[in-house]
Amino acid sequence: MRHLLSTSALSREDALNILDTAEEMSGVATRHVKKLPTLRGRTVVNLFFEDSTRTRISFEAASKRLSADVMNFSGKGSSVSKGESLKDTVQTLESIGADAVVMRHWASGAAAQLADSGWTDCAVINAGDGTHEHPTQALLDALTLRRGWADRSGEALRGSDLAGMKVLIVGDILHSRVARSNVWLLRTLGAEVGLVAPPTLLPVGVETWPVTVHYSFDEALDTAPDAVMMLRVQAERMGGSFFPTVAEYTRRWGLTDERMARLEARFDGVSTPMVLHPGPMNRGVEISSAAADSVQNRVLDQVANGVSVRMAVLHLLLSGSRAAEPAAPSLPHSADRFSTGSSA
Amino acid sequence: MTESHTTMPETAQVMSASDIDRALTRIAHEVVEAHRGVDRLVLMGIPRRGAPLARRLGERLARIDPAFDVEASLGALDITLYRDDLSTSAPRTPEPTLVPGSGVDDATVVLVDDVLYSGRTIRAALDALSALGRPRAVRLAVLVDRGHRELPIRADHVGKNLPTSREERVGVALADVDGVAAADEGVFIHRGAAV
Repeated sequence: MRHLLSTSALSREDALNILDTAEEMSGVATRHVKKLPTLRGRTVVNLFFEDSTRTRISFEAASKRLSADVMNFSGKGSSVSKGESLKDTVQTLESIGADAVVMRHWASGAAAQLADSGWTDCAVINAGDGTHEHPTQALLDALTLRRGWADRSGEALRGSDLAGMKVLIVGDILHSRVARSNVWLLRTLGAEVGLVAPPTLLPVGVETWPVTVHYSFDEALDTAPDAVMMLRVQAERMGGSFFPTVAEYTRRWGLTDERMARLEARFDGVSTPMVLHPGPMNRGVEISSAAADSVQNRVLDQVANGVSVRMAVLHLLLSGSRAAEPAAPSLPHSADRFSTGSSA
Repeated sequence: MTESHTTMPETAQVMSASDIDRALTRIAHEVVEAHRGVDRLVLMGIPRRGAPLARRLGERLARIDPAFDVEASLGALDITLYRDDLSTSAPRTPEPTLVPGSGVDDATVVLVDDVLYSGRTIRAALDALSALGRPRAVRLAVLVDRGHRELPIRADHVGKNLPTSREERVGVALADVDGVAAADEGVFIHRGAAV
């Protein structure tokens, strides 16, 4: 693996490798010294062309916990607002000595373009590109789900997948890169995925995805899901009128107190239902305040898991990468040239 | 370089299952003697093969002195993330690190590994250990010491000193890791085999 651009291109083996590594990374947070020397001397650039708090902080924490140096760059307040191109920006950063670029961009496919362009030798990690993918978010969701699933089945966590798990993804699928990344990754790991959304918030071509589509949340709950993933209603992307009113959205597609009670009944009070939310939560819109409070711990687990998953990805992409670069054997050549030059 | 210099690949067994058994029993006695008992003694196996060796050593310690609680004093210490060759070697999935319930602060920690070679694994293990706490002392027990140290590191307890050349490879087969039958466990030297 050279870059992490999408979960659709991620093999089952690579995905499990990342999750197993992330489990070991999460142990670091409980240690006396919460730092590993793994990426000492490496530089990670957070290149964010779009606003983000938790993803950027999470990548920054992950890099620092692995002893890498971190440079933060946001599109606002930089030369990008003076019209500098992506190519020039990235090449500037590389000449400063970056080894990896974590990029969030408003354009779908921006990370893939950067990885394929030949503009840079850096490892590229997609931290969200338009409405395309957000692979590390899907990986941290999978880490959270896998822990709950292994807990319930009593199976060993290491090397296990999500075979047979039923997961519902509810809300704004149309604008959600998190939903797309999750669909591909959950399918790769063997889970059955159901999408729940009003028809206006489903993308064209969803019928070709390997999922079941429900228009009614209540009917979807009849299928006895093992986990429910609520998506944020993305007001900033809602140019058109996708649903009549917020109240109607909440009534039909929100995780209300009644629906939360149905989920809890299914788990017989033995364990709390697995409800995930990528955050930030719109309380009273896609999730009721009471439901939000009762799943808050799991949402905070997800934040901690996010750091572990990003540590795993950075470790796997950046270790061994120097051997692959053709630059390494060129050292003796330059030494030869130097000695010839000095003797002449 | 003529063809006559080519050596045939060859494997020789240098320790049998019962040799390993006896070596571990002796090391267990040495550990108790050096530590003058088993109080605040912690065993940390280095995955993968150091982990089952540490467990076997712990079971022997409990037989010598019943005051030794194996479950509370046994841990595993993964060194993948502390290696000094991470930028050039292929990435490996880290194995679990397990800290014993009593912790490592002020304990005498015995690191357990199968083969001591360059000493770089132990260098990494010392770094990994210092991230877990501050032991009173750290000792090293290995099944085989094959020489060729690249760092100023030595073992306190050695199952067998094995003079080797750098071209040879030393292989350890354990039932818990390599899936061989208990009677087929052993230490082997592979000569001339392509690496």
